[in-house]
Amino acid sequence: MAHIKLPEGLPGIRGPMAFRPETAKPLSELAEVLLHAPHSLTAGERELIGAYVSNLNNCFYCQTSHAAIAACHLGGNESLVAEVLHDFEGAAVSPKLKALLAIAGKVQRGGKNVTSADVERARSEGATDLEIHDTVLIAAAFCLFNRYVDGLATWAPQDLNTYRARAAKVAKDGYGSVLTAIQAAASGNAS
Amino acid sequence: MAHIKLPEGLPGIVGPLTYRPESGKPLRELAEVLLRGPSTLTSGERELIASYVSSQNDCYFCHTSHGAAAAHHLGGNEKIVADVKQNFEASPVSSKLKALLAIAGKVQSGGKNVTTADVERARQEGATDLEIHDTVLIAAAFCMYNRYVDGLATWAPQDASLYRQMGAMMAEQGYLREDAPAKSGSAKA
Repeated sequence: MAHIKLPEGLPGIRGPMAFRPETAKPLSELAEVLLHAPHSLTAGERELIGAYVSNLNNCFYCQTSHAAIAACHLGGNESLVAEVLHDFEGAAVSPKLKALLAIAGKVQRGGKNVTSADVERARSEGATDLEIHDTVLIAAAFCLFNRYVDGLATWAPQDLNTYRARAAKVAKDGYGSVLTAIQAAASGNAS
Repeated sequence: MAHIKLPEGLPGIVGPLTYRPESGKPLRELAEVLLRGPSTLTSGERELIASYVSSQNDCYFCHTSHGAAAAHHLGGNEKIVADVKQNFEASPVSSKLKALLAIAGKVQSGGKNVTTADVERARQEGATDLEIHDTVLIAAAFCMYNRYVDGLATWAPQDASLYRQMGAMMAEQGYLREDAPAKSGSAKA
């Protein structure tokens, strides 16, 4: 059970976002900019970074949601996503993405763990300043989202099909659509 | 030196916020709502939570600037800020704030570390659902901001008077303003 009384039936981060719309707005805007808006890194790559960090933070809801969204962007390739979460250095992703995932892993432990060697590796694989910036911020943002979701002890469904269904919508329509769905569900709950 | 080329002379988080305004905008709005928006917790209390978490994350720029903001809200009381960072349970803040700081500390180490006993303690001291929610989110948000600031190896000035100025601006003008205090030139000395 969640630590506070959240609107019913909304999984993971959606409950707290319905509870507090004033903070939901910038949080979903941040997710939209970082994960869905046009970018030199594909949405699949960026969602992989989010899922990877969530896995390191052992946040079931976030890791499962973003793994599912990443898979949607990657033509349904759930096993590739699982490989990345399990051992990205050995996974079938680009050397640039591996270098960025290494940076993300360092950020997850603590910002000061990112070394100039980590950054140099990413640059030598062709990462731009913007891609490095966004990798750091995506990793940092997931350290927020994971703590928010688990810190309030929110409900995480166990049925993976529900994640696939939500993921398809988010992959297509982005994070603004999540806010709309939450507001609709929350006003439907109000009686 | 920062890991990427950031605009010159801007301290801490200001450089990255300026470098990437599309993400800067929601990051500023989140801080504004959480730390200065309407709340039954005072801004001083909320900045103390932010500064405490940043100190636990060993992020000098963040704990010093938000500590300065807290001190400004608390009538210039820098000692109470130092006391909270060092040992909040023994500091002269309210029992409710101590219970919320305990929750914030748990969030900092990992969301699952928050127990029902932690929450029950806060409720017994009069904390509402909204106050508990915001405490968790402030702590989580500073786990993001601290990693952003340190993950890019941004520049942290060492001049205490600069932080006092920053703290005053954060407290009085908030987080949505576009001008960074360092542009006054004092940071370039």
